[in-house]
Amino acid sequence: MRLRYLDEFRDPATARAIVDRIGNTWDGPPVRLMEVCGTHTMAIARSGIRQLLSGRVTFLSGPGCPVCVTPAAYLDRAIALGKERGVILATFGDMVRVPGTRSSLERERGKGLDVRTVYSPLDAVALAEREKEKEVVFLGVGFETTTPAIAGAIVMAAETGVPNFSVLSSVRTIPGAMEILASDPETGIEGFLCPAHVSAIIGSNAYLPLAEKYAIPCVVAGFEPIDILLGTLMLLRQKTEGAARVENEYARVATREGNRKALGLVSRVFEECDAPWRGIGVLPHTGLRIANRFSSLDAQIKFGLADFGTEEHTPCRCGDILKGKISPPDCPLFGTTCTPAEPAGPCMVSGEGTCSAYFKYGVP
Amino acid sequence: MCLGVPARVMEVTGEAATVDVGGARRDISLMLVDGVTVGDWVILHAGFAIQKLDPEEAEKTLALLREFADAPEIS
Repeated sequence: MRLRYLDEFRDPATARAIVDRIGNTWDGPPVRLMEVCGTHTMAIARSGIRQLLSGRVTFLSGPGCPVCVTPAAYLDRAIALGKERGVILATFGDMVRVPGTRSSLERERGKGLDVRTVYSPLDAVALAEREKEKEVVFLGVGFETTTPAIAGAIVMAAETGVPNFSVLSSVRTIPGAMEILASDPETGIEGFLCPAHVSAIIGSNAYLPLAEKYAIPCVVAGFEPIDILLGTLMLLRQKTEGAARVENEYARVATREGNRKALGLVSRVFEECDAPWRGIGVLPHTGLRIANRFSSLDAQIKFGLADFGTEEHTPCRCGDILKGKISPPDCPLFGTTCTPAEPAGPCMVSGEGTCSAYFKYGVP
Repeated sequence: MCLGVPARVMEVTGEAATVDVGGARRDISLMLVDGVTVGDWVILHAGFAIQKLDPEEAEKTLALLREFADAPEIS
């Protein structure tokens, strides 16, 4: 079956034509481009683009895998909630195998913890409506792409009155994290490939201050191979011109202003806060917490939980990988004590984690 | 985790819709986007349409890609 708006952006002949243009555009030393988003990381690994452009472009994988940057302490709290209060934990599938400090949701589920995988936050609300005698806590993890859906579920639960539903929120915002990476001279980022669906919500204008202040070109790109190649070509053209503009390869979905309705809902439900990023530390103004008017749906308040604290110390170098400072093979644990079957760090556990992508697709 | 797929709107009932995703039908929420009508394309993520897909903008990008493929630059 032909998949409209997907297949056209996967055509090998078109990909070759763009790769040729990239070759003609740039023949200096490899340009350090950061793909911020985990979905881009996975697509670049799976499609072989990293190898295809090696020598021209070095792709640095950024911190944009929400599962990877959720603190271990968050998972510890969630597991404790399930064990001590007997709540049902509803979660996106991506979170199930992520190691907390001592255990994971998957391991605890094997020992009887009630963990339900849901596709949508609305499924968690529906679950609470079915299981009226139990508390259902949705593990609200994500970036701007997912936050509106979590906000939507919170508003819906508030409006329809679902007293046994709450959200343990750990949502983060991307531009502030990009700014911290841009301002760190050690990362040496020469261009940002900006995330497709985060940008669909926040709009390409969100990167204007970044491009201006740090003179780094920014291109919003879709997640298909052709989108990534075209976005890369656009970044390299800016590089040869010495420009630092915001451009948009994914104009079919992302606009300049973004999705104002979704942003309005998010600002009704959430308010800005500082947030701990696993492996990185606390980044100011990069988190969202549930606003007071919805505090009855905030699991942290409902169950009197402490903040998620800061970092645990392990020999794992996910933090440097998430900042683009080193590549997975530079970590002493990579492929030895840290593998997808037995992950030591978050970048290996998530299917979209940088280490997992390198391991699975044998990136040299 | 930020994947979203293009889906075609088949039916709209208030803030809900039935969409076709690669041949499968799904019920989704339209709470996050205004003015969606039958036949529109939306990006589906976690049970919500998160944005409309603009066919004209898609066509502009595809035209540029055809130009690349028709006039190859060999390096």
